[in-house]
Amino acid sequence: MSAGYIWTIIIVLGIGTYLIRFSFLGLIGGKDLPEWALRHLRYTAVAVLPGLVAPLVLWPAANGGEVEPARLSAALVTFAVGLLTRNVIAAITLGGATLFGMIWLLGAY
Amino acid sequence: MTDAPQKSYYWIGFREGLPFLLVVVPFGLLFGVVATEAGFTGVQTMAFSSVVFAGAAQFAALHLMAEDAPFLIIVATALAVNLRMAMYSASLSVWLGKAPLWKRALIAYVNVDQSYAVSINRFEDEPHLTLSQRIRFFFGAVTPVCPMWIVATGLGIWLGDTIPDWMALDFAVPICFLAIIAPMMRTLAHMIAAVISIVLALVLSGLPYNLGLLVAAVVAMIVGAQVEVMMNRRATT
Repeated sequence: MSAGYIWTIIIVLGIGTYLIRFSFLGLIGGKDLPEWALRHLRYTAVAVLPGLVAPLVLWPAANGGEVEPARLSAALVTFAVGLLTRNVIAAITLGGATLFGMIWLLGAY
Repeated sequence: MTDAPQKSYYWIGFREGLPFLLVVVPFGLLFGVVATEAGFTGVQTMAFSSVVFAGAAQFAALHLMAEDAPFLIIVATALAVNLRMAMYSASLSVWLGKAPLWKRALIAYVNVDQSYAVSINRFEDEPHLTLSQRIRFFFGAVTPVCPMWIVATGLGIWLGDTIPDWMALDFAVPICFLAIIAPMMRTLAHMIAAVISIVLALVLSGLPYNLGLLVAAVVAMIVGAQVEVMMNRRATT
């Protein structure tokens, strides 16, 4: 990869990503959106993030895309703690502890 | 409570953004390590993190560049990963759209998954907040996370290969996202939307250019909205 090629990718992705982020904030700022649009937007995060995470949990690249017990159990603990406590930091802490505990128990590395 | 001084909403946001350091730091570190291994110079890696400013898309682009994918595929895939931010932008514009243009331009630059998630939760829980309280909260939530993304990338470049595999840095991202998602399961409609998103994303994962995730997200969003309409109808009859 030449330096020029790398810089082109960085600049194009930078501009493209910024335009995506600015899109609605910039274009229709201040205008009221209709109720049906608001109703759909309420489900934006729960529609995107679970789908983004699912393959990372089930098929982690660190294990060659195969199911891996330490990562799978860490994911389940994180989600369960988050669901029960609604506390993000508790979920991250216990999920991380599960991950390291399981890696140590399984002697994965 | 509504008379709380405006400054305090900055610090409320700051405290809510703080836990994400546990995630952003390992993620940034990992990017620094991986980009350096892929042959990026330190300056290029730092520029990548500060100009593009989107972890998942940066990793996707890096992965494809290492595989010598064509230029257009690299750009299209990385931008497809970021398309969810158009929905964040639309969703935030409901609450922050009346801010002056230069503030909206700045909000857009730091509109990342974490700042979006904590802000939208707060805005929906406390709809009485004034515009300026919302803006302060948003920038508060961003303050601990965003500069540290760039600092952590630099640390990753510097540490390079010395980070051991057992640290499992790769899994910081899924754990962060799961911790954000779980408290969002407020209603049946939210849960159904999440399940649809997971199932479709897995089933459609073979589609090129990350299109599977986009299709899954659009369908899940529509289904969530429809379930809400149906539940409201049942509640009123």
